[in-house]
Amino acid sequence: MVELSIIYDKVRFEEKVLYERAQSKGVKAQIVDAKTMTVSTASKKRDFSFGDVVMQRSVSHYRGLYLTACLEHLGFKVINKFKVAETCGNKLITSLVLAENNVPSPRTQFAFSAEGALETIHKAGFPLVLKPIVGSWGRGVFPLRDEETAGMVVEMREEDDSPLARIYYVQEMIDRPPRDIRCIVVGNTLVTAIYRYSAQNEFRTNVARGGKAELAPITKELEDLALKAAKAVGGGILGVDMMEDKKRGLIVHEVNNTVEFHGAASVSKSDIPGAMIEYAVRLAKK
Amino acid sequence: MTSKVECQECGANINVPEDAVAGEIVTCPDCGGDFEIASKVDDKVELKPAETVGEDWGQ
Repeated sequence: MVELSIIYDKVRFEEKVLYERAQSKGVKAQIVDAKTMTVSTASKKRDFSFGDVVMQRSVSHYRGLYLTACLEHLGFKVINKFKVAETCGNKLITSLVLAENNVPSPRTQFAFSAEGALETIHKAGFPLVLKPIVGSWGRGVFPLRDEETAGMVVEMREEDDSPLARIYYVQEMIDRPPRDIRCIVVGNTLVTAIYRYSAQNEFRTNVARGGKAELAPITKELEDLALKAAKAVGGGILGVDMMEDKKRGLIVHEVNNTVEFHGAASVSKSDIPGAMIEYAVRLAKK
Repeated sequence: MTSKVECQECGANINVPEDAVAGEIVTCPDCGGDFEIASKVDDKVELKPAETVGEDWGQ
């Protein structure tokens, strides 16, 4: 019997259904609180009873990332791998990787000081979107529609003490319908795709921001692009987010490493957690 | 059966659903405080203050 550990720091809908689905598929599953874990350079794999495969589901990016590094060091198979988590958890690195792999993505510029950011913004022209390179649920994502707003947002950023706040990620604003597409990729399969519609008076489409989900048809173009983007970041269980550019067609703007699928599960007929558990079982048996 | 547990901040009753498990977050309906379910054995529930949402949370 395959043994699976699901690591969490906050149990959400996703972790509960993964645990339940694992049990219903005959997998011996346990859920482990990341906050209670300690690891040392002297630790050995046998010190931890995590079974054949570990699903890293921490909601905190850095906690999940560094714990995954420790677990891989000990010799555990972790979904997703450290390298994948590192790429996906950072929008700048993700953009570079997508570009290197010829995955269509929004034109994005990077600057490393407030002056550099203002110059970049001025040259690029409006509208633009300024995003933090780490973080999600749409926090800190600002639409920039004129010089005055841009100046104020950059000034506000300067007040932030975080070293990551000095890194500016300035993206073209895509001319798109008021929705994006969340594709849930598991291994080499696109399990489901949903449209996420922005809430009223909100340009961000995150379900965490009140966005509404609706099933999206899976076209060949969508499937090919989702799988290409997932492969580019290193593969695993991923949420590939796309926008429908009115001129260029589908473009990938983000790949999520610890994909949340509450919204998708509410409208999709696909067995999303089941596909994830089957992937974990296949990995365990490799 | 829903369990009731006292809010550590304001003393109000927080309802904990029957299918809730340790690690889930519950919110006090009166003061809005967030608590993590530290343990849950049958209808006996213990809470601890939840971590505040970090800038690196979510996907």
